[in-house]
Order: sequence, then structure tokens, then C-alpha cells
Amino acid sequence: MGSHGIRDRVAIVGMGCTAFGEHWDRSLDDLIVDAAADTFASAGVTKEEVDAYWFGTAQSGMSGITLARPLQLENKPVTRVENYCTTGSEALRAAAYAVASGAYDVAMALGAEKVKDSGYQGLNAFPVPGDGTARTLTAAAMFSMVAPAYARKYGVDEEQLAEVLATISVKNHFNGARNPRAQFRKEVSKETVLRSPRVAGTLGVFDCAGVADGAAAAIVVRAEDAHRYTDKPLYIKALSFAAGSGSGLIDPDYDYTHFPECEVAARDAYAQAGITDPRRQLAMAEVHDCFTPTELVLMEDLGFAERGTAWKEILAGTFALDGELPVNPDGGLKSFGHPVGASGLRMFYECWLQLRGEATPERQISTDRTLALTHNLGGYPGEMVSFVSVVGTEPG
Amino acid sequence: MRGIVSSGGYVPYRRLQRSAVAGLLGSGGGKGTRSVASHDEDTTTMGVEAARLALRSAPGAAPTSLWFATASPAYLDKTNATAVHAALRLPGEVSALDFGGALRSGIGALGAALAGGGTTLVVLSDQRDGLPGGGDESAGGDGAAALLVAEDGPGSPVMAEYLGGASATDEFVDRWRAPGDRRSKSWEERFGETRYVPLGRSTFDRALKDAGLTPEGVDRVIVTGMHLRANKALAGKLGVAPEALADDLAATVGQTGAAHPGLVLAAVLETSRPGQVIALVHLADGAEVLLLRTTPARADWEPTRPVADQIAAAADLPYGKFLAWRGMLTPEPPRRPEPQRVSTPAAWRAEDWKYGFVGSRDRSSGAVHLPPSRVSMEGGAVDEMEPAPMADVQGTIVTSTIDRLAYSPSPPIVFAVVDFDGGGRFPVEMTDVEAEAVAIGDRVEMTFRRLYSADGIHDYFWKARPVPAAGPPTAEETG
Repeated sequence: MGSHGIRDRVAIVGMGCTAFGEHWDRSLDDLIVDAAADTFASAGVTKEEVDAYWFGTAQSGMSGITLARPLQLENKPVTRVENYCTTGSEALRAAAYAVASGAYDVAMALGAEKVKDSGYQGLNAFPVPGDGTARTLTAAAMFSMVAPAYARKYGVDEEQLAEVLATISVKNHFNGARNPRAQFRKEVSKETVLRSPRVAGTLGVFDCAGVADGAAAAIVVRAEDAHRYTDKPLYIKALSFAAGSGSGLIDPDYDYTHFPECEVAARDAYAQAGITDPRRQLAMAEVHDCFTPTELVLMEDLGFAERGTAWKEILAGTFALDGELPVNPDGGLKSFGHPVGASGLRMFYECWLQLRGEATPERQISTDRTLALTHNLGGYPGEMVSFVSVVGTEPG
Repeated sequence: MRGIVSSGGYVPYRRLQRSAVAGLLGSGGGKGTRSVASHDEDTTTMGVEAARLALRSAPGAAPTSLWFATASPAYLDKTNATAVHAALRLPGEVSALDFGGALRSGIGALGAALAGGGTTLVVLSDQRDGLPGGGDESAGGDGAAALLVAEDGPGSPVMAEYLGGASATDEFVDRWRAPGDRRSKSWEERFGETRYVPLGRSTFDRALKDAGLTPEGVDRVIVTGMHLRANKALAGKLGVAPEALADDLAATVGQTGAAHPGLVLAAVLETSRPGQVIALVHLADGAEVLLLRTTPARADWEPTRPVADQIAAAADLPYGKFLAWRGMLTPEPPRRPEPQRVSTPAAWRAEDWKYGFVGSRDRSSGAVHLPPSRVSMEGGAVDEMEPAPMADVQGTIVTSTIDRLAYSPSPPIVFAVVDFDGGGRFPVEMTDVEAEAVAIGDRVEMTFRRLYSADGIHDYFWKARPVPAAGPPTAEETG
């Protein structure tokens, strides 16, 4: 028994990503076709040359047919994947394992979501018949309970914490403003964030991720085949996943200042990738900033800052684009937008661009580090799934 | 000896200042307040709350039947008493029956229980509506009462003995409401008054005569009914001392329809002394009179939460909110999908959890699971659980939030993570609370509520509310 990972056995050799946003004029099929076409072109393959497909969508469709139909895939193994907001990451994890196992030579993971057709604000879970006793809170409300708990535990006063959270939002908007694919391409001021209408608890509109339509995809092959497709493959160093038992909701010991599922997934990923000091070894990180307090706590869960210190590091600019460890250089969920099934793959897309030096110049990070991390979570404090990956440009 | 073993009145937390009606409409309203059921309450949930209070004051009693009476039932065709039965976790052998529709059904159920056999929990509950600015809207009230009726015995000492009663029936259309209508209509007042007053007087006299009593021997008289003018006129003609007339709660609670005789009786029992004769007179399509005498056991009985305390611990509700809660005004709903209807098989499987708020406790680790779980979150033991009834356990708020986006019949949702005394945590919606006033460390208790309705199916479950300032079980001074 053990989690061994597939370090350096599989490489990403092509990626594509649509712009994220309110695509009123484009259907789910359009987004799928666009992301797939970009990705096939990026890897220099045709759809026939891809042996198997994993399609991630949280609730825009069911079954692999939702991918096979728009792409007109002829009798390929196409599987639909769903795991809350980690759906896109899970599609890639499945595709990578399939290649690592030797079952297929070339696999594609494609995530897509058409959120904006619902006509409602925010994200809404697919209704399952039930006894009527389940919580109907929004994710915003569940995550809003993190901020006061964190402030209390570490003696940060409310105003100071509000400034910390606003700093996160300002940073991610700053980065997104430099990303042509981002939903919100506008810098915002701290004052704007602090004055925004409240959604839940102390969280305002600017503390919440954008909700968008979009699609993203990756093609993976065995590492030894990678250079047949690209000169600059991204090697998969670690893929880690943890689903909590949901007991955090009813466990009197849980204090809402950390996400155990994320700590576990990070620990496992670092072991797989041989990382001992993530803050100094990683070139960048894409993390699941669904709400500003989430990014705050993740800086500690992922080992980028000591417990109780992330708020100071955030104010010091440690995770800014020009900081020691840039976090969400593409703007994150906050400003890139969050088409649920696509977001995990969008995070890989930014690693793909940044580590290959292909990000737009105004947000291209400069570093001699070769590793990048993606972190993707689903659910909410106490009842969460978490994914952590590490990718790098150097094998071995 | 047969009589009342325990009682409990329930007055919802919210009040409408009658003067607020004229503030919006320019006229109408009046003086004083009326009680208002919360948007998440109906006659069934209020009945549950009253029954919980009555049963808590009679720990040894075991009802053999549950009778639920209301003129504003949450369901037709489907029995409403069964949800009360489930919330109280009464055994399946205990029958649960509705006395429905008419304002007379409340007093009728109580009279039948007093005259009958077995241990009957009589639950009266009502919610009174009227058109904006009208008399019924202002004079009406919402509330419930529960009266536990039994033969005197070791587990059920009778604190108010039934001395007998009398009934008069007369067919005349004084107050009526077509099925489905929210408003009642009534004939001009004088006709009803001329019918009710002599009927009430003769029925009162007959009851006293049969019991061998005289008006002077009656210590407390309660006159209820929706014909307020007749009530008042009759009270002056019963021949009892003016100080014997009980407060009919019109100034504070309003007329709670089918529940009112029970609610006022509960309030009177709570302030009674042993050896007092109480007459309950109710005017509705005739007259009903019930006579009781408190026993020495009254001295040992303590109300769980006196009606007077509930009247005192109230919060005003703006008139606009009142209209919205009563469906007289339609505010913009949150732009979120409305909830889907509850699955009947899923709810049935979860009956103890959903209606009784019973979790499970791992015998080995002691960990409490809400909802119940077969596998323990601590140690992983499988099927080593025992039931953990949590409805009567108080707790403390660990953290809380306000959700301005989520669907609610009356946004925003106030939500708290609650740690229960003796173990167990549950994140739960709060009710009867001002959103901004919730604080960490606040003490809460559980209350049975209606979360929403979809496809006509009501979703009943539990919420948390602040423990009233008066606190739990305080003994009312009975001297």
C-alpha cells in the first residue's frame, strides 16, 4: 500500500484554453470544439491520434457523449468525470494514469462548463432527491466562516484581516488584467474591494470568484515520447487527491482555520515530487481562490507560509507577480473566472505558459525555478475534496 | 379522577404593533400587539412547540393518543397530527388524529379528551389571517397550546380535575371562510351577539348546575371566541366577580382562533393555585363550557416556559415583513433556484432524524453524528451506534455567518455552527433572531420549523434559536 505517484512517467505535450467569461453567443459544444482544436494544434495531433478521452464537467452534461458528439469522435473510449470543482483536475489525473499504465499512448483531458446559461447567480448544485434536511447555504457563506475564525485564532483584528483579503483580490485582479483570456481584465483598488456589496458574512462581491463559461484541455503522452510532440513538454511530477469524510462539519475539534484535505494532498504531492521546501523550490502556484479567505488559508495548508503568518506574507507581497512565490499569476478563479469543469485544467494551462516562457510579457514571471504547483478544491470547509499537482520542465 | 396533567402554551417570537398598520395604510390597526408566526412556522410546527413544553413538564406521562385541532391546517387530506407525533417521537401505537377546519374544533377536542378515556395529548394550534387593514388581521394572533389529559395516577398526577361541562349547538352563519380563502368573513355583529350571549349564559348555568357549583364559586373564568363583542358582553353577564375574569390576551397576543381557549387556559393554569375552580367558555357556532378544579398536585407542577414569559420575550416585526410572511405582499425572491420537493421515501427513512432530530452516538468513542451515520468518524466502528436525541439539548454558537445569496422564503439566512452540550456539532440555520445580533458564545436551543414548501409538500426540520433570556425551566410562582 502506498501513494507512489507517476513522477516523470507522463508529460503534457499540448494545451488549449478558451477565454473564460460570459459567452452568451457560444454553446458548450462551441467551447469544447474551440478548446479541443487549440489543444490538438498545440500537440500537433489529430483527434484520431488521441487514443482515449476524459471529459470533465460538473453539470453541463452527462456521459462521455457530451464530448464525443461535438467532436464527432468515432467509438473512442470517452469518459465523463465529475468531482465538484476539482472536476477538470480529475480529468487530467485519469488521463495521466491511463497513459502511465500503458493502456494508451495518447490521452486527452478536456474540461468545460456552461455556467451562465442557468440564469441564476453563483453556482448551483445539481438537485438530488433528499429528505429536505441538507444545508442550502451557498459556498460563499460556508467559506465566509473562515475569516473570523482565522482572525480570532491568530489575533488579527477585523480591519487588518479585511485589508489582507482585499490585498488578495487586488493581486488577482492585477494579474488577470494582464491575461487576455481572463474574465475580469481590470485592476481594482483595495477601496473598491472593501466597499463591494456583502454576499455572505463579511465577504463582498470582490471576495468571490467570477462565474464564467469556458473550456480547457491537455494532451498527455508517455514521458519518453514527449519530444516527438514538443520541445518543451511539462513533466508530471505529482498528482495527489484527497476526499475528506465530511466529518469536519460535525467534528467539534474543527476550527475553520485550515483545510485538512488540502494539507494531506499537498503533503502527498510533495513526497511524490521530492519537494521539501515548496516556497523556495516552486516557480509559481495556481491555487483555488474561490473566495479570498480560501487563498489566505491555502498559503499555510500548502506550506508556503508558517501557520498564522500568511496574512503578513500577503501584505508583504510575497505572493504577488513579482514576489518570492507568485500565486495565481493568471488572475486565479477571482479574475480568470470559474467554469467549474474547466478550472483545474486552466491552472495547468498557466503553468504550461509560464514555465515555457509563453505568458503575455506583462505577466511572464522570471525565475530559474522549473517547478509549478496547481491546487484545486471542491466543496467547502469541513466537507471538501482537494487536488494538488506538481509539474516541471526538467525530467528526473 | 380525570383531568389535565400538564399544559404548555406557545406564543411565537414576533409581534406586530397594531399601530404599524395605520402607518402604512393610513388607517386600520389599533392598540397593542398581535403575535405573528415566523415565516418558517405553521400550525403544525407551533403545535409541536406547545406539545414539547407540556410534555417536558410531565416527564412520567405517556400519551396513548394525540389530537391536533386547527382551523388553518398545513395539509388537507393528509393528517397534520402525524408530523407532530413524529417530532415528539411518540410510539407508532399512539394514534394521531386531526380535528380540523372549524374554530370550534379546538375546544371540542379538549372537551372530548376530558370526557373520554386514555391519556390524550390535545394540541390546539391556529394562525389567523385577514386582509390588510381589516379587523381580523389586527385582532387575530398565532399560537398553540397543548393539554395532556389523563386519569390521575403515579406517572400522571392530575393538576386540574375535570368537573364536567355543557354544550349548546346552534346553526347560524356568523363567521365563515371558503376552503382555500385566506380571509374570513362575518355577518354584522349585532346578530351574532344576540345569539351568542344568551347561549353562553344558559350553557354556563347548565354546566355549573350539573357540577353543583354557583357563579360565586368560580375563581377564574375564561371567555374566548372570535366574536369579541359577544365575549365581552357575556363576560359581564355571567355573575362572577370581575376579578375572576381572565386576561384573554387580546392586547398582547390576539385571538388565536381554534387554539385560543387552550392558550388562555394554559396561561391561567400557570398562575393558578391548588383548589381553584376554572371555567372555560368558548363561543363558536354555539357554546362550549368546561369546568376544572386545580388539585393539590398543582403545587408540584411547574410550567416549562410560562406563557407570560413568552409574551414578554418578543420582538417587533415591521408591517411590510408581516404582509410578506402572510403572502399578502410578494417581495423579490433571491435569484437562486427554488428548492425541489422533499422525497417522500427519503424523508420516511430519515423520520427520526428529520422530525425528531435524533443523531447517532458511537458507543466506543462517544462521537455524536448529525445526521446519524452507520460508520463512526472516530475509530471507524461500523453499526456500533445508539440513538442520540438532540432536540432538547442546548448548545453554544462556535461561529456564524449571514448568507445573502442563498434561497430562503425570507432572506437572508442566518447560519451558525453549534456545539451541543455533552458533545455533537451541527451547522444549522438560525431563526427568531436578528441577523446582526448573533455572536460567538450565544446559547441556542432547537425548534421545529418548516424550511420551505415545494409542490405543496412542506419541508419540516429543525433550526436553532437563541435560548430566551428568561432561560429554561423557571418555576412560575404558584402562590
